Amino acid sequence: MSDIKQNSDGDGAGDSDSDGAGETLVAAPILRVRDLSVEFSVPSADGIFGGRRALTAVNGVSFDLHAGETLGVVGESGCGKSTLARAILQLLPASRGEVVWMGEDLVGHPGLRERRRDLQIIFQDPLASLNPRMTAGDIVAEPLRTHRGEIGRAERRRLVAEMFERVGLSPVMVNRYPHEFSGGQCQRIGIARAMILRPRLILCDEPVSALDVSIQAQIVNLLEDLQREFGMALIFISHDLSVVRHICHRVMVLYLGRVVEVAERDILYRSPRHPYTRALMSAVPIPDPRIERERRRVVLEGDLPSPLDPPSGCIFRGRCSYARSRCAEEVPVLEELGGQSVACHFHNDI
Amino acid sequence: MTAPPLLRVENLVTRFDTPDGEVRAVNGVSFDLERGDSLGIVGESGSGKTQLFMSLTGLLARNGRASGSALFDGRDLLTLTPRAMNEVRGVRISIIFQDPMTSLNPYLRISRQMTEVLTEHRGMSRKAARLRGIELLERVGIPNAEARFRGYPHEFSGGMRQRIMIAIALLCDPQILIADEPTTALDVTVQAQILDLLRDLRREFGTAVVMITHDLGVVAGLCERVLVLYAGRVVESGDVDDIFHDARHPYTEGLLRSMPRLDEARGEALHAIPGQPPDLQALPRGCAYRARCGYVRDVCSEAVPPLESFAPRRAAACYRVSS
Ligand SMILES: Nc1ncnc2c1ncn2[C@@H]1O[C@H](COP(=O)(O)OP(=O)(O)OP(=O)(O)O)[C@@H](O)[C@H]1O
Ligand code: SF4
Ligand code: SF4
Ligand SMILES: [Mg+2]
Repeated sequence: MSDIKQNSDGDGAGDSDSDGAGETLVAAPILRVRDLSVEFSVPSADGIFGGRRALTAVNGVSFDLHAGETLGVVGESGCGKSTLARAILQLLPASRGEVVWMGEDLVGHPGLRERRRDLQIIFQDPLASLNPRMTAGDIVAEPLRTHRGEIGRAERRRLVAEMFERVGLSPVMVNRYPHEFSGGQCQRIGIARAMILRPRLILCDEPVSALDVSIQAQIVNLLEDLQREFGMALIFISHDLSVVRHICHRVMVLYLGRVVEVAERDILYRSPRHPYTRALMSAVPIPDPRIERERRRVVLEGDLPSPLDPPSGCIFRGRCSYARSRCAEEVPVLEELGGQSVACHFHNDI
Repeated sequence: MTAPPLLRVENLVTRFDTPDGEVRAVNGVSFDLERGDSLGIVGESGSGKTQLFMSLTGLLARNGRASGSALFDGRDLLTLTPRAMNEVRGVRISIIFQDPMTSLNPYLRISRQMTEVLTEHRGMSRKAARLRGIELLERVGIPNAEARFRGYPHEFSGGMRQRIMIAIALLCDPQILIADEPTTALDVTVQAQILDLLRDLRREFGTAVVMITHDLGVVAGLCERVLVLYAGRVVESGDVDDIFHDARHPYTEGLLRSMPRLDEARGEALHAIPGQPPDLQALPRGCAYRARCGYVRDVCSEAVPPLESFAPRRAAACYRVSS
């Protein structure tokens, strides 16, 4: 399984094989997340008294993930996307809920090495996560050294060179250091490092947002190719709804730590029901100056409210143009509408 | 005779000395920027977008040097002493970066970071500088500007920090605002707000805006002129509508086709440009794009295709276009 002979320029076009991802969806989920919450204890604003308060970064999130499936997680920064990813990996303790990986609850059992080999993460800021004193080649080889000690040096070097090429880096660059690469090139090193162990699940935290479009397309195609080949699942955290639409089978929209909408891809993009999802879609720029000039946007005013002081009732109401009095009183629950669940009291009117 | 452009860059070459030899990050770039214009600089990672403007603003790393000329207001930016450059950068030409924290000092209050420029470069009193600072924070949409003026950078969200950077950039009424991927790290709803803000400010202040980005969607909504860079050279330039609807360089065409678009049906695989981004230290002979180009022909490996105008306000560096 460590053989990555089949080289690719990232161009998976014209692949007439059946879609491997679709077939595996009937099996039991590899990951079950139930009512997961993560709280941080932060100093209260009037810090003079040394008081602390709880900030709920992830609030009652539930979902299943199947082998070979790609779940998109979208939402604004601070909505809990990265915290959710880290809580799933047990890099952060959950305050409530379950993370069941291959039938085993991980919550409270952090740091199991063998499992971490199956669960990889691609970080948002690759340069910060790359050791500045290691060469790019060593960075990519490190997980092999840690988890696959049986692989000899020559083979390791070959695998690293292949992985370099696979993610769009020239293998002659293995001896360069992170600071010698441009931002986009660093991102590719991070992706190569996560891929090299062929994990069952890769949590991708904004993996392509710093990449150029031509390379984005390669990486997205590459992730899809590898997924077809090895059946790994992806949790794809991104703010780019166009890329998410392309790669994901299902999409979950988070707002202030809560799921406001989750749906099959085609349903979500054809008929988003939550006002926040609609605003997100409306904000995506279209690469066509004529369309952009004519376009009327649903402009969201303001920022996310402070998670320390979330509004009562619906957390989105401060920015929602449909908000009514009921929205201040009652928290909307996720309502299943067939392939789509929405947390909005008035989704029928929208 | 027409007035000279606000900025005229001619044959800019930026070289870095590295242990592995010389790297030419920018390789003979020429362009004009007119007053109040909005110019999009599009290109792949490592294409030289950032170093081009680092060269113009005296921010090159120590191992870098730039040659050519960059006439701004009768003076060549490339020959300014560091001291003279300090009177230009942040004053008449401002830059904002992708990560505001690279320019904001985390240990200093916003108030200090905003007023220092004004008291130093404009000889303003502290009180006047304070008023100006608060006014600009308000203008870029920081709620409770007066109270938050005394805050520290970490107390603001990413989008708010970028607004603060824009406010700082505008403090001295610059003639050029260079924005290097200012929204790349932001969410789409915040990106939409920042782009709206930049559009408004450009109209209001008449500032020429240079938008450096890899996102053609950003360019479509903001820019009037576009330069496409590849391996340190301009491969295509033109008005935004021509670039998007009648791209002539194979690279521009490839870029446009590789973007997933929300307004179009979802395709099976994305149309990726094959191959790897160019390694500046191992560029092929002839056209730097030829290993990735679907239209490559014999002549492409002989010499670098020159940037040639093939229609009014349009130019491309490609043998397929020029023949
Ligand atoms: N100090 C340096 N020493 C050596 N090479 C450098 C140095 N700074 C930049 N480079 C190289 O110069 C080239 C152009 O870099 P530049 O930062 O301008 O790219 P860019 O187009 O802005 O890319 P990105 O989209 O990744 O920001 C790259 O190949 C980069 O590796
Ligand atoms: S519940 Fe009310 S405030 Fe919340 S999204 Fe629906 S309409 Fe808007
Ligand atoms: S010059 Fe040749 S290789 Fe280069 S872009 Fe044009 S056709 Fe392609
Ligand atoms: Mg750059």
